[in-house]
Amino acid sequence: MTTTSETKVAPVAPPSPPSAMRRFIFNNRAMIGTLAVFLIMMAIFVVASPRVFLNWQIYNSVLVTLPVALFVVVPLVFVVTVGEIDLSFPATMGFASWIFALLINAHVDPLISLIAACGVGMGLGFGVGALVVYGSLSSLIATLGMNYMLRGLIMIITQGKSIALPNVRDTWLFPILTGDLSSFPTQIIWGVLFVVISALIYNRHRFGARIKAVGDNPDSAAQMGISVKRIRLGAFVYMGLGAALAGVFSVLINFTWWPSTGDGYLLPGLASVFVGGTPTWGGIGTIFGGAIGALIVSFIQSGIIAAGLTGFYVQFFNGLIIILALLGHRWNQTRYR
Amino acid sequence: MAERLIELKDITKSYGRVFAVGGVSFHVDRGEVVGLIGDNGAGKSTLIKILAGAVKPTSGDIIVRGKPVSNWDAARSRESGIETVFQDRALAVQQTIVRNIFMGREIAPFFGFLDTRKELQEAERLMREIGFTSKVFSPLSIVGQLSGGERQGVAIARAIYNNADLIVLDEPTTALSLTETDKVFRFVRTVRAGGRSILFIGHNIHHVYDIADRFIVIDRGRVALSVTKAEIGSAEKLINFMEHVAHPQGVASFDPSVEEAHP
Repeated sequence: MTTTSETKVAPVAPPSPPSAMRRFIFNNRAMIGTLAVFLIMMAIFVVASPRVFLNWQIYNSVLVTLPVALFVVVPLVFVVTVGEIDLSFPATMGFASWIFALLINAHVDPLISLIAACGVGMGLGFGVGALVVYGSLSSLIATLGMNYMLRGLIMIITQGKSIALPNVRDTWLFPILTGDLSSFPTQIIWGVLFVVISALIYNRHRFGARIKAVGDNPDSAAQMGISVKRIRLGAFVYMGLGAALAGVFSVLINFTWWPSTGDGYLLPGLASVFVGGTPTWGGIGTIFGGAIGALIVSFIQSGIIAAGLTGFYVQFFNGLIIILALLGHRWNQTRYR
Repeated sequence: MAERLIELKDITKSYGRVFAVGGVSFHVDRGEVVGLIGDNGAGKSTLIKILAGAVKPTSGDIIVRGKPVSNWDAARSRESGIETVFQDRALAVQQTIVRNIFMGREIAPFFGFLDTRKELQEAERLMREIGFTSKVFSPLSIVGQLSGGERQGVAIARAIYNNADLIVLDEPTTALSLTETDKVFRFVRTVRAGGRSILFIGHNIHHVYDIADRFIVIDRGRVALSVTKAEIGSAEKLINFMEHVAHPQGVASFDPSVEEAHP
């Protein structure tokens, strides 16, 4: 194929310098599209099952576990934007929260346990990232391997036994992290805070700017003096931090650490990123879109059941929503070369 | 006489026993556009890479503003005020013009958080400085929406942000249409009017003839000709000379008066 770098894709921009409002819509079209998908889906659920969806209970139950998803989806947007993928975060979740559970049961201060878990998560992220970046391995395969290996390690050492955390409820940190704020689970505040801080880093910080530059064109970024390897590594470390937080919150919600902690988040986590409007090819992405994507994925299951369909329909509709969302984004994502 | 910005003296570069550059000397003064012409494989790209500090010369001196610089490398090249815009322009096309201008050199005073307002103002100033303005795009436009000539403008604006006194443009008009080439020429003239110098590399002699004040023809790693526009007189004479260089026996109608200009 003879493609020159001058090939112009059909311009999407308005012909005159866009007003601030139009520019905002244009720049955030992926996120706005995702929000529209979410609102339409919820409208359908409300119509199909007003008794359930006009009641706060269902929202509360989704908000209890949503933060866990947010902690992995948001850093995953960083990883995808920089042009990589991480399939090892479920094992990192399990590993970091395992350390947390062991420390809590050894009566270590909960904050120190949390910080230690985050440290372990970032360390694992660093290891996985170093394997990909310095070992020049495909992140798809290398992180898949790491996921199996880490999970296997957990299984071998614990012999598949879970750890109960009967005393965690009495620690001073528990109500701050996962208590109840009137009818809100407290963890949603931490989840939203994480999303907002991450969005600031992604959109307004040097690290975010370089993540996008490296994902867009690593050769150009390197020519302009950006250390491409360090930025890629940074994305994996951030992913490790998010996975550790997700693991700890998941353990706090369940009062139990399972050797399988994190396993269920792999595919929904990935789906949320792409449903959210971050394209697969790197260079661009949306944090808020990813967060709304996580919301969509979380609501599908409860929505289908509440609408009166049996559990057999859940997977089908899961897939349908993903495909429809991707088709929608296909239309508003222009890939420039 | 204008200030002598940079001078290359007897630069050689050999790969094993093969000389890519065999003793090249030339200079660029402040506020002039020098055209560097040569066929593929003549040694142009090696010379550019030496100037940018990406390749170390085997021997020879590089003199910046009258002072020889030792241990020439990429950092020294930057410090000396040389910015090279390579053919691929090193742009990230899915990002805005602002993000491309400040790529790797973000204005981030608060714990690494960007001062987006200052970046925007600075980008507007830089784009105005090279005459790169339009009603159609703003500094917040995506580079992928720009034409080839306009993308060259982004790369030139970035070079100026880095305070370059000498901007080396590597084949900036290759694969561009006439209107796009005109845009690039407009940027180059505005940059020259601002007192900066440009080393314009190309193999389309008409393009180089139009824009440059002085020409250096490189052939097989050596300077084959170094003349001013007034001395050579027309693009045709330059082309004639190039053909003579390429096929020394084939062109009978070579004007010997041109050869006298050869130092």
